Amino acid sequence: MKVDRRSFLGLGLGAVAGFSVSPVLLKLTDDSSIWTQNWPWTPVPVDGEVSYENSVCSLCPGSCGISVRKIDDRPVKIEGLDEYPINNGGACLHGISGLQYLYDPARVKSPLKKNGDKFEEISWDDAISVIAGKLNDIRTAGSPEKFVCIADKDRGSVPELFKRFLKTFGSSNFYTMPGFESYLKLTAEAMHGKGMTIGFDLENSDFVLSFGAGIIEGWGSPVSCFKANASRKEREAKLYQIEPRLSNTAAGADKWLPIKPGTEADLALGICSFILKHNLYAATAAVRFKGGLNKFAAQLQNDYSLSKTSEITGIKESEIEEIATLFAKAKMPIAVFGKGKGDASQSLKEFIAVQTLNCLMDNINKKGGVFIQPVKTYLEFPEETLDDVAKEGNEKPRLGQYVHDLFEKINTSSQPVVDTLFVYQSNPCYALHDTKTIKQAVGKIPFVVSFSSFLDETAKEADIILPVHTFIERLEDVPSGAGLSKTVVGLSKPVVKPVFNTKLPGDILLLLAKALDGTVAENFAWESYDECLETVAKNIWDSLFQDGYAILEEGVPEESVEVNVAFLTGNPSSIQATGDGELMLIPIDNMRLPSAAPAASPFSIKTVSDEVLKGRDTVVEINPKTAKGLKNYDYVALTTPVGTAKVMIHLNEGIMPGVVGMVKGLGHSFDNKYVSNKGVNINELIGPVIEPGSGLDAAFGVKAKISKA
Amino acid sequence: MNKIENKAHKFGMVIDLDKCTGCGSCMVSCMSENNVPFKEDESNKKDSITWMRVYKLTNGKSFPDTEIVYLPRPCQHCGGKGDHGHSPCVSVCPATATDYGYDTGIVSQIYTRCFGCRYCMGACPYHARYFNWWDPKWPEGMEKYLSPDVSPRMRGVVEKCSFCFHRYQAAKDKAYYDGRDDIEEDEYQTACTTACPSGAIVFGDLNNPAHRVHEIVKPDPHPWPNNPNVVGKSRNPNVFRLLERLGTNPKVYYLSEREWVRKAGDNYLDGEWDKIKNHHGSESHG
Repeated sequence: MKVDRRSFLGLGLGAVAGFSVSPVLLKLTDDSSIWTQNWPWTPVPVDGEVSYENSVCSLCPGSCGISVRKIDDRPVKIEGLDEYPINNGGACLHGISGLQYLYDPARVKSPLKKNGDKFEEISWDDAISVIAGKLNDIRTAGSPEKFVCIADKDRGSVPELFKRFLKTFGSSNFYTMPGFESYLKLTAEAMHGKGMTIGFDLENSDFVLSFGAGIIEGWGSPVSCFKANASRKEREAKLYQIEPRLSNTAAGADKWLPIKPGTEADLALGICSFILKHNLYAATAAVRFKGGLNKFAAQLQNDYSLSKTSEITGIKESEIEEIATLFAKAKMPIAVFGKGKGDASQSLKEFIAVQTLNCLMDNINKKGGVFIQPVKTYLEFPEETLDDVAKEGNEKPRLGQYVHDLFEKINTSSQPVVDTLFVYQSNPCYALHDTKTIKQAVGKIPFVVSFSSFLDETAKEADIILPVHTFIERLEDVPSGAGLSKTVVGLSKPVVKPVFNTKLPGDILLLLAKALDGTVAENFAWESYDECLETVAKNIWDSLFQDGYAILEEGVPEESVEVNVAFLTGNPSSIQATGDGELMLIPIDNMRLPSAAPAASPFSIKTVSDEVLKGRDTVVEINPKTAKGLKNYDYVALTTPVGTAKVMIHLNEGIMPGVVGMVKGLGHSFDNKYVSNKGVNINELIGPVIEPGSGLDAAFGVKAKISKA
Repeated sequence: MNKIENKAHKFGMVIDLDKCTGCGSCMVSCMSENNVPFKEDESNKKDSITWMRVYKLTNGKSFPDTEIVYLPRPCQHCGGKGDHGHSPCVSVCPATATDYGYDTGIVSQIYTRCFGCRYCMGACPYHARYFNWWDPKWPEGMEKYLSPDVSPRMRGVVEKCSFCFHRYQAAKDKAYYDGRDDIEEDEYQTACTTACPSGAIVFGDLNNPAHRVHEIVKPDPHPWPNNPNVVGKSRNPNVFRLLERLGTNPKVYYLSEREWVRKAGDNYLDGEWDKIKNHHGSESHG
C-alpha cells in the first residue's frame, strides 16, 4: 500500500485519537508516579500507643516544663507543658528541637580516650580507673589544688556534687561559665549584701526600661519573658529599649533609643542624675541608701549633667529627659540590665548603675517591681569529712576569681598551675573571648576530662571524654533562676532509655569517688545518683516527684533591703573597646541561635535567616551609610586586634552607622555537618577587656576595620 | 453511638503581628510535628522546606526610623474566588493530589498522588508550597523520632502545611469514641498555635461565632462590595489578609495596629491605599 499524504495524516490522527481514549495515558501517569515514589529508603515511622510524659528542659537557664509525646517507647515530639509555673504551655524552638540533640551526629557514644590525634573507645571501667589513677597521683604529690573544674552553672545537685568532689579532694577551684544568674548574684551582693539575688516581676510592671536586655532574644527565662512581653498590650505597659541595633526586642518596643555601644552605664547614671536633680525619686528610697543620697547625688550632678550624658551616649538631651520623666512617673517601673541574652561578658558598673535606677524609684520587693531576696537553697548534703590533704588543699588560694582569670593564669605562668581539668557541660574553647588563647591554655593542661554529650570544641581538646545523658534521658533537679520573679525547681525525668553508652553525671562522680584514696569516697556513700538526689532533695522530694516541680518562692518578698552604691562612688571608668579600627564590632544575640553550649540543632539552624548565614558564610550587618559602596552579600575582610575573618555584608537600616553587628553562635567546628563549619565564631575576633573593680571580662565589642575581600 | 453531624467547619487562623517576635518556635514545632526533613545547607530559602515560614518585613525607612515586623506564613488554605473551593492550587492540579475539603475548608495534599508537575507551586501566590528535589535523609538513628501521624515525603512530590490535619482527625476520633457530635475549640489546635510562646496565633472555626478566631476576625458574611470575589473579609479594621484583592480568600488573617504593616499585605498603586484602607466589609454589617 502506498502511503500518501492523506493516509499518513489519517493514520496519525487515528493513532492520536486512539491513544487519547485508551487508558494508556492514565496508566502511564499512574505508573510513573508510583515508580518515582517507590523509594524503600524513605522511612515509614512505626505506629504504636500514644502517651505523654512530663519533664523539664535544661538546655538553657529558662527551665521550662515540657510534655513529650511518645509512640510506644519512642519520643516523637516535645511541646511546652500547660500550667507549668514558668512557661505555661509555650516552648522555644530549641526545646522543641530537643529530640535532635538525642540523635545528634556529634554525640559521644561511649567513653573516649585520646591516642595521638584520634579518639579511641574505652570501657567505663577503664576510663574511671585512668582518671582515678591521675587524681590519686595529684593527691600523693600533695597538690590537690591543681585539680580544677569548670561547670555550666553552680546550682542544682549535680554542680553541688562537683563542688563536693573538689572540696573533699582538696581544691577550691570550681568555676562556672559566665551566665546571667551569676551576674544577678554578683550585682545583688555588691549592692544588697551577701547571698542575695535579683528577680524581675516583668509581667506586672507598667514601664520597662531595658538597657539592651534582649527580652525576646533569649534573655533570662526566654519563654516566660515572651509571655510577659506579649501581654504588654493588654496591660497597657510600655517597653523602652536602649541599644545600638534594632533587635527584635527594640522592634517590638514602644520606643527604640539607639545608643553608642558600651555607654549604657553612663546613660543609666545620667538618668539617675536627672531624677535626683529634679527630686523625681521615691520619698521612701533615700533611707535605703547606705550613707544617704546626698553625696552620691552631688557626684552624679558633677559627672553626669544632661549635656555630658548626651555627649557620651549619643542620645538627645530631650530624649534623656523624656525617658527619665516617664520612668519616674510610671506606677511600677523596672529598669533591666544584661545586654542580649544577659550571659557572656557584662559590666558590673552597668548592672549596678541600672539597678540604682530601680532603687531610686523604690520599686524593690513590690508587685511589678524588682525582687531582692536571699538565694533559696533546697538541697541538704551531709557535712563533708576532709582528710589532711583535702584540708591543706582547700586553704590554698583559688587560681583566679573567674574562669577567664584561670585561663590567663595558665597561659602566663611558667609553672604548670593546673594538673587536671574537669569540664562539665560547657564549652570554654568556643564560648569565651579570644578562643585561640583559651585553646592554648587547655592544651597546656596535662590531663583534661570532658563530661559532655557532644564532641564539641572543648571535648575535642580533652584526653578523656565521659559521655553524659542528654536532658531527655536524665533524672536531675533543675532549679530556675535567670531573673524570674519566682524560684521553681523542676524534675527532669528520663523519658527515653539512654540511646548510647552514656551515664548520669552524678553517677560518674560516685564511681570516681569510690576509686579515690583518702576520705573522698566516704563523702559519696550513695548507691546511685537517684538515691543521692532523693536524699539531698528530701525537703521537696514529694512535691518534685508528684507534681514534677516544687515552688520554693513565689509572690512579693518581704525582705527589707539596703542599697549600697559604693562601687559607683568609687568612680570606676567605663569599659573602652580595644583596637584602632574606625568601626565598632558588636555581637548580636539571636533567639534562633544558642550562643554557647549546646550548639544549635539542625532545625534551629534551618530557621536562621539568609541575612545572618548564607551558605558557609556569616553575614554581618552594617548601616548603608557605613557601607561606602559595598552591596548586599559582598565579601569583606573584617579585622580586629584579635583576628580576621572573611564575611558577607548585609545592609541594615536598623543598625547605628559606624557599628558592625555579627551574630553569636555560628562557626562551630565539630562533626555535625548540619550545624558546624558554618560562618565565624565571633569570640575569635573579640578579646577580653577586664573591668576595673569587678575583674569581669566586660568586653562589649571591639574596634574593627572592613576592607573589600 | 451518635452520628457526627456533617456541619461544615471553616478552620482558619489569625496571627497577631504585634505579638509575633520572630522567635521561630512555630517553624520548628511545625517541622517536628510534620516530619519535615533538613539538609546540610538550608540557607537557600527557595529550596528550604518550611511549611511555616517567618518573613521579616521592614517599613523601608532609614535609621533610626526603621521598623521591622515578622510575618509567619503557613499555607493560606484559600477558598478561591467567591470561596467556592476553587483554590488556585486545587484548580490546576492534574492529579487531584491537592483538594479542597468542603467540610473543613482545609486544602489537602496527598503525596502519593502527586507526580511533581509543580503547577500548584506556580499557581500559589503565597509561595506556600515546596518541592522535594531530593529524598529526605536523617542522620543515623534520627529517623526514630519521626511521627507516624504524617508520612515522610519522597523525592519528586510537593508538600505544604495541612493545618495539622492529623490533629483534626485525632480530635474527631476522640469525639466519636466519647459519643460526642463535634469537637471543642481547644481539641483541635495546630502545632504552630500551641507552640507560640507569645500566643500570637489564634486558630479555630471561622464559621463558629463562639470561637476566638471568629471573635477577632468578625468575617463578613457578604461579599466585599469592591470585589464580589472576596468573601469573609474581616470587619475588624486592624485585620487583613495577604493579597486579599486577588479573591483567593485565604483563611489565614493577620492583625496589626500599624498601618504600614497592613499596607504591606498587598501591592497598591499610588494613592490607592488611602482610598480603600477604610473599607472593612460590607456597610450593612460594618
